[in-house]
Amino acid sequence: MSREARVSRISNAVIRIAGNSQDGIQTMGGLLARLAGRSAQEVMTFMTIPSTISGGPSIFQVHMGSGEVLSAGDEADVLLAFYQHSYEGHIGALKPGGIVLYDSDHVTPNAAWLPRYHHVGIPISSRTIEAFGGTKADKGKNLFALGVIARIFDLNETKLEALMSERFGARDERVLQNALAAFRAGYHHSTGNVLETFQFVESPDQPRRQVVMNGNEALAYGLIAAGVRFGTAYPITPWSDVMEILRRELPNYGGTFVQCEDELAAISMANGASYAGRVAVTGSSGPGLSLKMESLGWAVMAEVPLVVINIQRGGPSTGLPTHVEQSDLNLACFGSHGDAPRVVLAPADVEDCFYTAIEAVNLARQYNVPVLVLSDQAIASRIEAFPEPDLERLCQDISPDLTPVADYKPYDLAAIPGATRRVVPGTPILSGRYPVASGLEHDEYGHPSGAPQLHRAMTARRRRKLQALAATLPTPQVLGPPEGALLLVGWGSTRGPIREATERARAAGESVSALHLRHLHPLPPGLEDIFAGFKAIRVVEMNDEGLYGYGQLAGLLRARYCLPQIRGINKTDGLTWKVREILERARADRDAGLRPEPATAERHA
Amino acid sequence: MTAPATSPAPPAAAAERPGLTKKQLAAEHPTWCPGCGDFSVLALFFKLIERRKLWQEKIVTVSGIGCASRFPYFVQANGAHYIHGRALPFASGVSLSRPDLHVFVFGGDGDLFSIGGNHFTHTARKNIRITCVALDNWLYSMTKKQTSPTSPLGFKSKTDLGGAIDYPINPARQAIAAGATFVARTVSSNPNHLLQMLEAAQDHNGFSFIQCLSECVEFAPGAFDAANPRKGGVFNTVPADHDPTNEAAAYQLANEPFPGYFGILYQVNRPTKNAQEAALNQQASARFAGLKDWQILQKTFDRMK
Repeated sequence: MSREARVSRISNAVIRIAGNSQDGIQTMGGLLARLAGRSAQEVMTFMTIPSTISGGPSIFQVHMGSGEVLSAGDEADVLLAFYQHSYEGHIGALKPGGIVLYDSDHVTPNAAWLPRYHHVGIPISSRTIEAFGGTKADKGKNLFALGVIARIFDLNETKLEALMSERFGARDERVLQNALAAFRAGYHHSTGNVLETFQFVESPDQPRRQVVMNGNEALAYGLIAAGVRFGTAYPITPWSDVMEILRRELPNYGGTFVQCEDELAAISMANGASYAGRVAVTGSSGPGLSLKMESLGWAVMAEVPLVVINIQRGGPSTGLPTHVEQSDLNLACFGSHGDAPRVVLAPADVEDCFYTAIEAVNLARQYNVPVLVLSDQAIASRIEAFPEPDLERLCQDISPDLTPVADYKPYDLAAIPGATRRVVPGTPILSGRYPVASGLEHDEYGHPSGAPQLHRAMTARRRRKLQALAATLPTPQVLGPPEGALLLVGWGSTRGPIREATERARAAGESVSALHLRHLHPLPPGLEDIFAGFKAIRVVEMNDEGLYGYGQLAGLLRARYCLPQIRGINKTDGLTWKVREILERARADRDAGLRPEPATAERHA
Repeated sequence: MTAPATSPAPPAAAAERPGLTKKQLAAEHPTWCPGCGDFSVLALFFKLIERRKLWQEKIVTVSGIGCASRFPYFVQANGAHYIHGRALPFASGVSLSRPDLHVFVFGGDGDLFSIGGNHFTHTARKNIRITCVALDNWLYSMTKKQTSPTSPLGFKSKTDLGGAIDYPINPARQAIAAGATFVARTVSSNPNHLLQMLEAAQDHNGFSFIQCLSECVEFAPGAFDAANPRKGGVFNTVPADHDPTNEAAAYQLANEPFPGYFGILYQVNRPTKNAQEAALNQQASARFAGLKDWQILQKTFDRMK
């Protein structure tokens, strides 16, 4: 059926689909990602959406491969452009010699770019209408285009059609028939000028059972696996889909999710449920986290287990609602007045979202402390395939224990941190002395006291819990040799690109290692020994370099370890790190002699 | 989520078990000023617990910030002293996650109607099973006499030296407008009436709200004398022919200028959020009958392959 001769064997490919937000390019990208998951391939996606309701340019990038996929890919191998603006806006993301597939009904190629990229024009819009019998206007061209992509990459047609049946079949047989018609028309459309098709080499890994989802889904299902049965929130992008999933799913497990009147009510209601013995979750994004701070302090003071999820976006204020940033770390660690120790964790990828949610719930329960989980817009919206978790083993029942107790001191100064049962309402206390969970400084039963020695002792009690917790944390593993010229340190969603940058630099003979932190507050033990092995330490973050030349995690690490060789590599464009950017910045830093304290104003102008 | 091991009903022998006495229920001595109206509310709350045979482990009192909000410390039962203005959402979390508990909120006019105003509206409209008592003294007293949202026009305070100029909130009227299903007004100087209102509120299935005028002897002495026959005032109970399900009539009664009318102004039956959420859960769990939680989640994961 095709007249192209050459078939190239490839191990991975980056496909960027550019169009408008209502073109269904997320559906298309999602199907590709799911196909990769079913084919024992690794996959990572990246998308941008406009913050308006309808319209506006949008992209979806899929990086799929037979080997390890660590980032969504710096450059695309294939660009699929639906409109002139998609073509012009994204051709720069295509690698030289890459293929640009464009809808020739809408795009006129630029003569200057013709020699640089392999142009393939397909009348996607009109051919899709033909496939449907000439009625529907714009619908279905995403699936026509998927067919073209499937043909070029020799993707498994049967598996893709099965995925489409699952996606559309439940709704209406006609919808599915139209979808399949569009897909097949695209698949069989002669691509004419394409001189080359591609075939993925077999994955070296054993076929494994994978699940495919985005970070917000992984967080929501992780919370359910952890046994959380009560949650509260107020809608905000990009957190909202976690709340939508929990509102839909929790009733299946006998749980409840409440949409509240505001962020203050949401965390207050979660505190109430947690106090009552149902460890609760609330969540938000930047502005909402700011609003939750006073109540977070209450949970610290009253020693109530609580999980707070924050899907970071660009700030301050309303900022960049649909773009990524890691600028809520200081707020997460230190927000709220007074000395208010709490736990802060950051998942590194989609899979880690699932496990971090479980860890957060368990740390909150064990230490009776609020735990914040800092995800971000990039992980929230990107799709990855990961080995299916063993749910039978992981799912927990954390229903409250109401067995009577002789007496109960919720704030017992002699208690061993992390080893006390929290007695909740409904539990008969035989001494007849019932506790008050108090935001006022209090004695061991929770009754208010401003006695100087008591405030000192209780402040220390709240701090020591976290010190005890910190001692149990695993020391993170260094990627690469434990000594060298440069250690790149990261947290959260940047793990993949930092790792890929490190591997590329090492392949080029440079002395670079990497360290990724999941536990940000308290920090795990053993970091000083790791840091001692490196001449320079650069913390790669998506936040501002700050007044003094280092970002938020770099600031924490400098305060903790007093090492002037810790500095930042920061960016604030609302986009994820490209591997190339990290390498260039690290090399520029090295070439500048790794100055210990460059004047802030001079740095990377 | 398995149901808590114990049920809301008292143990089997409870019928014979006498109700808890004031001696068992009194915790630390209240820190209120001598003569404060709040003492009377506390004493009658103890009486309510005794009469309704509520048990300590099943009672949760919740409060925000202010003089009235010290309430939980004085009750020998589970208590939560939360932050300013947010007692109602906190109590909602307790009520919705633990249907076996009796949840009471005590707060002042500033706590419930100024900083917590938004929460009052939404807790009322959602009809969450909570009994909420506003100890309304017309001012901020813990912070020593500033104007509150219920301060009458012309009320002199440290923040309105020449008298309050902002039009006040009428808590009972606001509760009716917000969709509360039980709205009563009483005064702390009339213990019999106060106890009747507490009992009716406790018996009501839904969000029950009592506006209880409670005198601040320090900063607004005599403010409620006009409602106290012993001080030359009149205590008008709602007319015998008032239909408490008639929203317009209730609104009209609530709107009468002070001292106005005391009693149950409004009471209707509407499904509680507690019941509606439970019904959702029942529907949902019928679809997964016999499956363990991990198996339900497995079904979801099977669709994500």
